Amino acid sequence: MNDGYSNALAVLEKMKPKALEGWKALRQKTLIMVGTATCGRAAGALEVLESFRREIERLRIDAAVIEAGCMGHCYAEPMAFIFRPGFPGICYGYLDGGVTARLARDFLVDGDPCVEFALAAGEVNDFIPTFQDFPRGAVERKIVMEHCGLIDPENIEHYLAVGGYGGMAAALAMGPAAVIGQIKASGLRGRGGAGFPTGGKWELCGGAREKTRYVICNADEGDPGAFMDRTILESNPHLAVEGLAIAAHAVGARKGYFYIRAEYPLALERVKKALDQAYKCGILGESVLGTEFSLEVEVFQGSGAFVCGEETALIASMEGKPGLPRHRPPFPAESGLYGKPTVINNVKTLSYVPLIIKKGPQWFRDTGTGHSPGTAIFALAGKLVNTGLTEVPMGTSLREIIFDVGSGVAGGGKFKAVQIGGPSGGCLPGEVLDIPVDFDSLARAGAMMGSGGIVVLDDSDCMVEMARFFLDFTQKESCGKCTFCRLGTKHMLTILERITRGEGRPEDMDLLLELAEDIQAGSLCNLGKTAPNPVLSTIKYFGSEYQAHIREKRCPALVCKDLIAFYILPHKCERSCDACVGSCPVEAIYSNEDRIKVIDQEKCVKCDSCLAACPPQYGAIVKVSPPDIPAGNEKENKRKDEPKSQNNH
Amino acid sequence: MGGRGEPPPVSQLYTGRDRIVILSAEEKKEEKEIIEKSREIMAGYGTGRSSLIPALQKIQGALGYVPAGAMEEAARHFGVPPVDVYGIVTFYNQFRLTPPGRHRVKVCMGTACHIKGGNIIMESWERVLNIRSGETTQDREFSLERVACVGCCAMAPVALVGEAVHGGMTPTKVDGLFFSHRLTSQQMKEGAAR
Repeated sequence: MNDGYSNALAVLEKMKPKALEGWKALRQKTLIMVGTATCGRAAGALEVLESFRREIERLRIDAAVIEAGCMGHCYAEPMAFIFRPGFPGICYGYLDGGVTARLARDFLVDGDPCVEFALAAGEVNDFIPTFQDFPRGAVERKIVMEHCGLIDPENIEHYLAVGGYGGMAAALAMGPAAVIGQIKASGLRGRGGAGFPTGGKWELCGGAREKTRYVICNADEGDPGAFMDRTILESNPHLAVEGLAIAAHAVGARKGYFYIRAEYPLALERVKKALDQAYKCGILGESVLGTEFSLEVEVFQGSGAFVCGEETALIASMEGKPGLPRHRPPFPAESGLYGKPTVINNVKTLSYVPLIIKKGPQWFRDTGTGHSPGTAIFALAGKLVNTGLTEVPMGTSLREIIFDVGSGVAGGGKFKAVQIGGPSGGCLPGEVLDIPVDFDSLARAGAMMGSGGIVVLDDSDCMVEMARFFLDFTQKESCGKCTFCRLGTKHMLTILERITRGEGRPEDMDLLLELAEDIQAGSLCNLGKTAPNPVLSTIKYFGSEYQAHIREKRCPALVCKDLIAFYILPHKCERSCDACVGSCPVEAIYSNEDRIKVIDQEKCVKCDSCLAACPPQYGAIVKVSPPDIPAGNEKENKRKDEPKSQNNH
Repeated sequence: MGGRGEPPPVSQLYTGRDRIVILSAEEKKEEKEIIEKSREIMAGYGTGRSSLIPALQKIQGALGYVPAGAMEEAARHFGVPPVDVYGIVTFYNQFRLTPPGRHRVKVCMGTACHIKGGNIIMESWERVLNIRSGETTQDREFSLERVACVGCCAMAPVALVGEAVHGGMTPTKVDGLFFSHRLTSQQMKEGAAR
């Protein structure tokens, strides 16, 4: 189109052969990719990496060991993908030093792929199933996460080899207006939670009178239980860099920022490396890809304030002030950082952008629902078998996500509720699991998409305590600007705390609902507006649990400390066993004259240790609620009638 | 700082530009070092307010916390009232006003850890260290803090001692970690004495 830009594609094409060559050379000999994102590191991936390197050195194997990101199968960490010529790529999970040494010896030297340790294969073959053969394979559709865990995030050539920066070259060639047109046509909505149309935001900013503009990638992912942004930045940072660069080109910005949360040191490091490499390759800086476009990108490290995920608060914190949100309008797209038009997009949103430009808006619209096209990325946590990350088309039901992708509830518990959307979302019961997951349906059910954390709760989780936990979080994170948010959440928390202590009053539930309404109406930003959601949804779906706490002073899930007691069933206690005595951190368990173990209720701190220590064949320790210990039965040892409410673990 | 219920030492009291504090010789030396270090760090930044948070982050990275002296230096360097710097430091969770312990214990309080008993782990640490969350033991050996999700929800409940992540925590494991750390430091002391 315009001459200063049309050569971008040609410049990129020139870079590609070297990257592809390196990529091919890597596959010609044995290649081991160890997943070293934060989830893997926590499980011991660095030791596995070290162990592979040591074994290869020792056995003199001609192989390369590189670090990759996370494929989303966090439950099986530490993981490694081994590509050996003549074999399909095989992914191994649950690794440790011993298994690593065996793989090196048996597979890499002797050619036995050790199928017993294999998790899945990378491509279809005759003896190991692929990830697509898993139940989740039918549900998942990886667009953004396609290359996560399969390339080296610290090597730009890997990204180039899989077609990286192609979207950016195409965007430079087609010009800003056309890029905004494409994004608008794709119907992409912001993945940070609110679902605002991205194209609209860009158009507003691009049309502003002020010519100095900024783009910011929001990676201040503060929701407890959400880690999608972190995983993308750790596994494929160049995708977000490319998205940010396209956004900058589309709105006419010459300066971009990554706002990354302080708690994500690895993401910070990998993004910084990615930016350095992009500068060196001429993809950032003066004359991007040989065009007239220039772009500087910097990393700004957040300082640990949940509210800074809100865009106006984020801007305030970048300006060196406390992160207080302000009234909108004017939207940041009109007046943002230093009063200049600013586009702020979530990591996930920006990660879709290069793919939409490359493959076209219709390709994007082919996935998902009419109003929420594309995919959704969720972090699965809680009492699930397969915790980790997943990417599914919008409109997939919660049931499919929890039971097909997550493989249901772990540890033999019974599904009770799913908490979706973090502190702004809500707890949904089993009855509504068939609603499709998209921006609008979730809001109707009383939860919200939020940034995409899904926490599964089973029958040993107390919903009142859950509501208290989230209120405690929002109350602490409230910036204090709006009275209703600052004092209202505090007041709600006080009420919830007294309910969990068994001091609830009959009028408390109505009072909570009333306060919730006021906080929603009287708060400026979404932190306050959505803070009551966890309480509202638990009252709506699990009101009977509140009633049990308030009226019967009883916690049905046996969680709330003041409403439970630990008790040793005399007739089940094996007298010669001392397991519980040794496990107690406060020495509250003693033997009575019959050598039956008894808990001193005054000393007991209700820490669950004895329950875990008691051998399952005895199962003598139970929790009871309300905490009334049957009087005088410490001396009985043939008692048949057990306390009414109990939970035999 | 200090054990439960103890007032902060005099050097921590902030009374504005003319601080009326009585410092011991050792504390004076520490204060001097703090100010020199802060000046050195701030020299690398411009005076624009947008550099204030990055500069404070760097100070905390070097000193482990943001002492009153450093806040005053920052206020002078950026030309803002000291109360603004104090406002920033207290608004953001990342900044510490007290020095951390040599072993920083962090207990994850994310949702996944919470439902698997993160609060029980926190209570266990509070019990063995005899301090509360956010405090440092008197010998500055341990400090205890709650952190938001550290991202290993599959291994909940999680605690970090220094940089080492410990998954599947139980009260017994807390006791074990504490005793092993005490044993190691004792052995190191004995080794040094020899």
